[in-house]
Amino acid sequence: MALAKRIIPCLDVDNGRVVKGVQFVDIRDAGDPVEIAKRYNQQGADELVFLDITASHEDRETMVHVVEEVASQVFIPLTVGGGIRTNDDIRRMLNAGADKVGINSAAVARPEFVREAAERFGSQCIVVAIDAKRVSADGEAPRWEIFTHGGRKATGIDAVEWARRMVEYGAGEILLTSMDRDGTRDGFDLALTRAVSEAVAVPVIASGGVGNLDHLADGVEQGKADAVLAASIFHFGQHTVGEAKQCMAARGIEVRL
Amino acid sequence: MTSVAVIDYGMGNLHSVAKALEHVAEGRHQVLVTSDAATILAADRVVLPGVGAIRDCMAEMQQLKIDQVVREVAASGRPLLGVCVGMQAMMAHSAENNGVDCIGLFDGRIGFFGDALAGEPGEYKVPHMGWNRVHQIAASHPMWHGIEQDSRFYFVHSYYLPLAQAEGVCAATTEYGFEFCSVVMRGNVFATQFHPEKSADAGLRLYANFLNWDGRA
Repeated sequence: MALAKRIIPCLDVDNGRVVKGVQFVDIRDAGDPVEIAKRYNQQGADELVFLDITASHEDRETMVHVVEEVASQVFIPLTVGGGIRTNDDIRRMLNAGADKVGINSAAVARPEFVREAAERFGSQCIVVAIDAKRVSADGEAPRWEIFTHGGRKATGIDAVEWARRMVEYGAGEILLTSMDRDGTRDGFDLALTRAVSEAVAVPVIASGGVGNLDHLADGVEQGKADAVLAASIFHFGQHTVGEAKQCMAARGIEVRL
Repeated sequence: MTSVAVIDYGMGNLHSVAKALEHVAEGRHQVLVTSDAATILAADRVVLPGVGAIRDCMAEMQQLKIDQVVREVAASGRPLLGVCVGMQAMMAHSAENNGVDCIGLFDGRIGFFGDALAGEPGEYKVPHMGWNRVHQIAASHPMWHGIEQDSRFYFVHSYYLPLAQAEGVCAATTEYGFEFCSVVMRGNVFATQFHPEKSADAGLRLYANFLNWDGRA
């Protein structure tokens, strides 16, 4: 199969600045989204995800300008998530130069929003972001539920069922984050990734827990992910995207080199 | 200074297309985003972009009489570039939205990946999304100048042009479960299923080639 598995660095942006300390040694301004996007593009990133974590609604306009700036200088696909609640939010991001938007809590609050957005803008730009936590006891068949509010609030919704439903409503891609693994560096929740990837016909991006390059390859091989997302292993200069691709290629995974 | 018109019919990522063209134009070409027929017909080169569903795209184009303008540009001999849904709109018909008649610069009919790839669960996701290889058929064509054979470009689509629907006009092929036509070309018309504006260096090179192309092979 000739289609490459994608490697996607994820950047958290607060009020126009990249946070969670990106630490490239030779970068002039480590908080500048454009500088960092350019750097990842040079390293061979296949796409970029920007997550707007700006707390106040008024400051969200800043993100529109960030997207405009990045999209006029970096020519790879951009996904923007965080605070996407209305078709108007989507339109502004797409007009600014985003290719896709990530919808998370707004989909949980009102699933029909995903259907309306897909009908208006096309499934190709609607990514539904799912934050899932394992709720089954050890020894039980594994089961995961959707959590909101950064993993604090349970919804009682089964994650695999939710992914199926969101695709039925028009999601063109699923961004799947394991809240159990996020920030642990223990690797993806491979069983979760595989369960969702095999349940839906659209591409699945695995997220949460990457601590080394083999974890990325595991996500593709064992998790059956179509793309893998990571933040800290790239941000802190531990590895480049190029190194990640070399590792995946060495394990026989097709990548864009 | 020459001009390139990016046709604005209210759908899709024409800003990304315009930004990529501006990036490679380096001030030597004027990039106009417009729906005005006179402006489009006066431009030295024309790009028909597009994302979204074909029914809405065709409806908007017909409303603005863009379909007729595109036919006139094609007949004028000036370089015309179609991108993604813009490429599909140049065909005769698409199976999307229960079947939609398109502009008809080419005779081919667009089909659905989901039908063609059925029975291979898990192996081939639809949409076909990501970086795939583009095999150039006439590699010496000026539009391929400086682009390595089998370079990867960025695709996002669920509908596609079958090889059998592109006889004599297929300028590149791509494999996704089977080979399909990823670029159609005839005379001054060149149209890509992938998004050059999202395909990093190879895509920018294709746009630069378009700005240098005189519309002849």
